[in-house]
Amino acid sequence: MIENHDDFNNTVLLGLQPRGALVLDKIIQRMQEIQHITLKYGYLDATFHRDDFRRRDLPLRANETKIDFLIENKKVVLVDDVLYKGRSVRAAMDAMIAFGRPQKVELMVLIDRKFTRDFPVQPDYCGRQVNTLESQYVSVEWQSRGFEKDAIWITEKESN
Amino acid sequence: MEQLSTRHLLGIKDLSPSDIQLIFDTADNFKDILNRPIKKVPSLRDITIANIFFENSTRTKLSFELAEKRLSADVVNFASASSSVKKGETLIDTVNNILAMKVDMVVMRHSSPGAPHFLSKHIKANIVNAGDGTHEHPTQALLDAFSIREKLGDVAGKKVAIIGDILHSRVALSNIFCLQKLGAEVMVCGPITLLPKYIADLGVKVEYDVFKALQWCDVANVLRIQLERQQIKYFPSLREYSLYYGINKQLLNRLDKEIVVMHPGPINRGVELNSDVADSEHAIILQQVENGVAIRMAVLYLLAGVK
Repeated sequence: MIENHDDFNNTVLLGLQPRGALVLDKIIQRMQEIQHITLKYGYLDATFHRDDFRRRDLPLRANETKIDFLIENKKVVLVDDVLYKGRSVRAAMDAMIAFGRPQKVELMVLIDRKFTRDFPVQPDYCGRQVNTLESQYVSVEWQSRGFEKDAIWITEKESN
Repeated sequence: MEQLSTRHLLGIKDLSPSDIQLIFDTADNFKDILNRPIKKVPSLRDITIANIFFENSTRTKLSFELAEKRLSADVVNFASASSSVKKGETLIDTVNNILAMKVDMVVMRHSSPGAPHFLSKHIKANIVNAGDGTHEHPTQALLDAFSIREKLGDVAGKKVAIIGDILHSRVALSNIFCLQKLGAEVMVCGPITLLPKYIADLGVKVEYDVFKALQWCDVANVLRIQLERQQIKYFPSLREYSLYYGINKQLLNRLDKEIVVMHPGPINRGVELNSDVADSEHAIILQQVENGVAIRMAVLYLLAGVK
């Protein structure tokens, strides 16, 4: 990302609520440390743009969207933790357009679950690719959220 | 991951405090959206909503319609004045005919108390009560409490005086239920003829002197004198009412504190509220209107999400 965006002058990072925001916070912190770059960033909530409203068992609770700038003609990097079906990213792109027409949009994820996509969405930057089954769940734990240490787990979904 | 405990919004009485909290939190998100350049989300794009108004309305109808459109719902409007109701069609026939055209939600205002409750027992669509006679007006109470929360930080522990025509007001009853559920203290104030006889049984304080009421409260919610519902004279003249119960700048200056003034609209200027108060920094009347759209978006969105 640093190679592609030079000094990040015209680039903004958007963390997808709720969990992408935690990844973004980490990236902002690391960029400060290694590059001494202060990035422009915000948090995007796509709850009202999701395509599974009224189709899932329980409605999702919305989170705060905090974007105090327009993304018109900016390069946008969307940041999320786990890329699975690609539906969240589609909803996020839909939600993002309310803040202007971006020049270019890229996707950064911590974990890319291979071969699970419902939509043609691929990450530009990816922490790690993993092979998983439908029956498995990938969870990301953060020390800042009260977990013992930063960790990523692949677990079997509990069968009811 | 939460949802409302009810499929219909018939009255505040049926809501739990956590329902109200969920509506407020969702309305916060929608208020944020309403302040963006593009004020629209696609959540209800596959839903059709009928606004059925058997009674006149400007604010509520516009507010609901805007809320529906901001959520991308399809909207049909119906006003009884220009409809077959005039030809003698019954309420349930009218609504069933509208539902036969595949409508998912009905927002209804009716002059008979309990009309939306009756409908909810007979039809499948989600029903939102936009005011039924002198009974309840839940979205107004929600937006009033939401505005208090926004202005004063919290509703719990606040003292709210509802002043004016309590007898004919659906806003008063819904407000009492809503504020009490959120932990506020409520007082009603007005001429004895305009206070229901057993209102104190609801756990509210009763006061006949408007100055004492203002001195007691943090928030004064001033109601309109509903002349259209008064078949007999409840007070000698409007002039006398405004002399004893009208709120003006002079009266507020005599208080030893600042209070917030609210009004659900439409205002009878110079009767229950003087222009020098209605247009002052004490009044949050226009904020109430703004919050109304966000609250109604939250209610429609959450009801649509109930399985």
